Amino acid sequence: MFGFGILSGLIFLPLVGAAFILALRGDDEPTRNNARWAALVTTVIVFILSLVAWSRFEPGNPGFQLVEQKDWLGSAVLYKLGVDGISMPFVLLTTFLMPFCILASWQSIATRVREYMICFLVLETLMIGVFCALDLVLFYLFFEGGLIPMFLIIGIWGGKRRIYASFKFFLYTLLGSLLMLLAIMAMYGVAGTTDITVLLQTKFGASMQKWLWLAFFASFAVKMPMWPVHTWLPDAHVEAPTAGSVILAGILLKMGGYGFLRFSIPMFPDASQYFAPLVFTLSIIAIVYTSLVALVQDDMKKLIAYSSVAHMGFVTMGIFAMNQQGVQGAVFQMVSHGLVSGALFLCVGVVYDRMHTREIAAYGGLARRMPLFAVALMVFTMANVGLPGTSGFVGEFLTLIGAFNANSWVALFATTGVILSAAYALYLYRRVIFGVLDKPNLMNIKDLSAREIVLLAPLLVLTIYYGVQPGPILDACAASVTLLVKNLDAALAITKTAAVALH
Amino acid sequence: MYTAIVFLPLLGFLIVGLFGRQLGPRPSELVTTGLLFVAAALSWVTLISVGYGNAPLTVPVLGNWMTSGSLRVDWALRVDTLTAVMLVVVNSVSALVHLYSIGYMHEDPARPRFFAYLSLFTFAMLMLVTSDNLVQMFFGWEGVGLASYLLIGFWYEKPSANAAAMKAFVVNRVGDFGFALGIFLVFALTGSVAFDQIFATAPGLANKPIHVFGLNVDAMTITCLLLFMGAMGKSAQFLLHTWLPDAMEGPTPVSALIHAATMVTAGVFMVARLSPLFEQAPVALTFVTIVGATTAFFAATVGLVQNDIKRVIAYSTCSQLGYMFVALGVGGYSLAIFHLFTHAFFKALLFLGAGSVIHAMHHEQDMRRMGGLRKDIPFTFWMMTIGTLALTGFPLTAGYFSKDAIIEASYAASAHSSAAIYGFLMTLIAAGLTSFYSWRLVFMTFFGHRAAAGHADHGHDAHAAPVHVDHARTDKHKHASAHDHGHDHHGAHAPHESPAVMLIPLGVLAVGALLAGLVFSGAFIGHGYDAFWKGSLFTGANNHILHDMHDVPAIAVYGATVMMALGFLGALYVYVLAPGTAQRIASRHNLVYKFLLNKWYFDELYDFLFVRPAFWLGRVFWKGGDGKIIDGMGPDGIAARVVDVTNRVVRLQTGYVYHYAFAMLIGVAAFITWYLVGGVR
Repeated sequence: MFGFGILSGLIFLPLVGAAFILALRGDDEPTRNNARWAALVTTVIVFILSLVAWSRFEPGNPGFQLVEQKDWLGSAVLYKLGVDGISMPFVLLTTFLMPFCILASWQSIATRVREYMICFLVLETLMIGVFCALDLVLFYLFFEGGLIPMFLIIGIWGGKRRIYASFKFFLYTLLGSLLMLLAIMAMYGVAGTTDITVLLQTKFGASMQKWLWLAFFASFAVKMPMWPVHTWLPDAHVEAPTAGSVILAGILLKMGGYGFLRFSIPMFPDASQYFAPLVFTLSIIAIVYTSLVALVQDDMKKLIAYSSVAHMGFVTMGIFAMNQQGVQGAVFQMVSHGLVSGALFLCVGVVYDRMHTREIAAYGGLARRMPLFAVALMVFTMANVGLPGTSGFVGEFLTLIGAFNANSWVALFATTGVILSAAYALYLYRRVIFGVLDKPNLMNIKDLSAREIVLLAPLLVLTIYYGVQPGPILDACAASVTLLVKNLDAALAITKTAAVALH
Repeated sequence: MYTAIVFLPLLGFLIVGLFGRQLGPRPSELVTTGLLFVAAALSWVTLISVGYGNAPLTVPVLGNWMTSGSLRVDWALRVDTLTAVMLVVVNSVSALVHLYSIGYMHEDPARPRFFAYLSLFTFAMLMLVTSDNLVQMFFGWEGVGLASYLLIGFWYEKPSANAAAMKAFVVNRVGDFGFALGIFLVFALTGSVAFDQIFATAPGLANKPIHVFGLNVDAMTITCLLLFMGAMGKSAQFLLHTWLPDAMEGPTPVSALIHAATMVTAGVFMVARLSPLFEQAPVALTFVTIVGATTAFFAATVGLVQNDIKRVIAYSTCSQLGYMFVALGVGGYSLAIFHLFTHAFFKALLFLGAGSVIHAMHHEQDMRRMGGLRKDIPFTFWMMTIGTLALTGFPLTAGYFSKDAIIEASYAASAHSSAAIYGFLMTLIAAGLTSFYSWRLVFMTFFGHRAAAGHADHGHDAHAAPVHVDHARTDKHKHASAHDHGHDHHGAHAPHESPAVMLIPLGVLAVGALLAGLVFSGAFIGHGYDAFWKGSLFTGANNHILHDMHDVPAIAVYGATVMMALGFLGALYVYVLAPGTAQRIASRHNLVYKFLLNKWYFDELYDFLFVRPAFWLGRVFWKGGDGKIIDGMGPDGIAARVVDVTNRVVRLQTGYVYHYAFAMLIGVAAFITWYLVGGVR
């Protein structure tokens, strides 16, 4: 249609939905319902379309597929889209999670529903754009653009300290991105284009690689978030509405890991190897430090937010292990964490909607009144802990085995996360679900409603399915990751021989 | 058939787990129990066809689990003799425990959940023992950990049960930390996690150094030590044992199934399964011996003074697992598995018997409040006596064959290993202690007079049990006064014998406890060794332990029996012939008594060393690291400066919207210009 491919369709369909909602007039209940339904229908259609895209995607082909290209600003900055095995899972994750976000906001968002839905649809456009963009400037626009709707979602529909949280979120991420913008200009100066496929073939000088790597790192590390630039995340999560947390944990965090895989590693291989010890160190600190911090939290969302930082530590560790298991494990861990942490935030939303507090101490003994909820939370807690048979295990296991082959010390320290995650996750579960139900205001708390079951059941099934059969995700990214690792090894070998030749 | 054995319990779990509430308790019980009995019957068929017949080793692959580069992990069922033995143990005990639970849990409204958990546990345990690679083993390993967690915390309204459940999971995770690193190391060394490839590569790795964790160490030694760390956690060995006694918070059938007969023996199974690796790592085997011997002795000493009937048996389990590890450490893999096999029968019998006592006493667990029960519950009494005879190694019972063989083997190994000397001494002493505490349990429970009708003040509700557990542990002063209470309440709640559905499993297990040694010793550890095991246990060229153990002097052969007799006589004197002796000894050696009663203060030590520092560090990192340093220097600090600056900038602001709009336009124009210029270039 109009010469645009299916990826453009994915990107612009949510905008169509947003335009439709924008056209709605009035602020009465029917209008709000129309906005909700419009958003839901749009996101479901986008998801179905993404499945079509997946069916056209060939997992065996390591290169970019479904590519479309148009000149945009002159011939230097292109409108170029495409997916490979590394980005395809994230596109699907995004389109899959969106309907859940809309459903999760069905009742909990009662004010400015139209604007809220528009924000989410625009956000979806930008997120899909990030994973499909094959032009650096286009990527940057999507990457930064995503900040704005998220900023609004936290700032308008958030909790009490939403203003502080939204500005903290915005400033942190913006600061990192500005450095990336500078790096993009510098790369344009060298390569004369911002086409990612060309840049992937471009060899940057050794010292330039380091500067570029650091600039990109500033942006991606904040997004991940890595220790010590993680402190925006707990605040943002705590203040964001449930669906905002789901998207934040499920998708926005993954942009950092995706950025490392798309840019840092393949474009700056020497610098990546040079800085790998730094990343390892930060990853280990993230895993141990934030796990311990999670242990002492008394706010449910904060606890899960800190555990997210720890899980992202496994991702960065796996990526910079720079071998097949590490990188595939990192991709898988990101997808799995998207499902699991999204589900955990939805679970918090379930009780928050009833009691309007996230204080762990306000709960206890929910198992008696909410057996279904207890089962769901148990499964997701176990996935968070990385129990084999849930998707959480596969990612942790592969990243650790990859890291072990890269550096046994790293695996040694990171594996302690296995103990610590069990401690904080089960401690949370015990305080919320177990015990005697003796708090008067909990006496009449209701178990999951039909809408909430619809919300959690698919995530629960996928969490277990991917734990037993991770093949669909692993196979999708296998070829692209193999190519990535092969190119990386080749680049490093060239540098090595060059260094030997000099001496 | 193998698929059916493994997946029938899963089917039971799914049916009851998903539809238990619609089905109701009775159908739930029947479905899970029925499926387990089918699986148990098939398991015996398997043992006969694989162990005694000529059924070949088969590894049906169910499907691929994960593939990443050269790492390939399959779902598969490996059925050799070792697995077949485990299948029999797991499914037989599980089926009997299912049956028993129908009676034991009949007052509990959440029975479907209970039976679903039991079946889930059984499935995970079966996946563990049939695994064909380390990762699937890890799946089962953690799966049984989950089931154990759920079942210990089954009465989730008891704070002590929740704490015990969490402790069990986390302490096991400490072991799993080592197990996981061991798997990574095996993959790094052999390029595979599948048993066949690992075992094929292992001989070539003997005495090969590896650089790992900044050290140059023997590859096989470090690998086996790490893997063994997992075994120590799961099998509650010294230093990682603290969770097992607390796990008694779970319902008693759970203790019998998970914390006596099956799950805790997973560590023993693991070492036996990986015997091709451990045979290449003599240093690691020495370590196994030392840990096993220490556990055997340590747990037996603690078992001497415990007053909770289940805790005595729990420490006994811990101690017996130590025996198995001593056997593994001296290279007697089949001895360990044989003891595992017989131990499953008599220890499950003892636990279920204890459950019957508890049931009779209306959920009283403190032995000081029992006494004279042999007349009230004669069948249970006889069953417990059989279990005790088998445990202590009375001639011709199961323990006599398996436990004494371990003591003999450790003596035989002493010729070329000082660790084995230690193992021999510890296991020999522990044999006496075992006999003492086992008979102490019988005498305190079934002989003498009932001390106090303590059960009058708590209901029939199973949930009321913890109060007394805590009492027994902490409140020693009440001990004396409990004796003065008299026998007034006797008539109201007379102890009653359990229903047949609970007694039948006891009878079946008692037959096993009496005969398992006699019937199976030939195949397991005697002349039928090679024909039975068919190479599923690997022994190196220098490993002659099974041969050497027949040439040991009389001290080793009869030592264990003498120790058993001494322990019996000691207990008889202290608790029957001269009652009150125990109290006198305890008060005279108060320090020793307290040291033992408080389990060598391990819980306090760990709390001080690990639990508190973890929370303290967490708080320091949160408030200090995140709050003061990162936020203080970073965003908040900058924000404060920004506020200073903006206060000045405020004067430049006019408040007119069009001024701002104009400023924005200039910005947009600048942005586009930059792009266009960039585009032209």
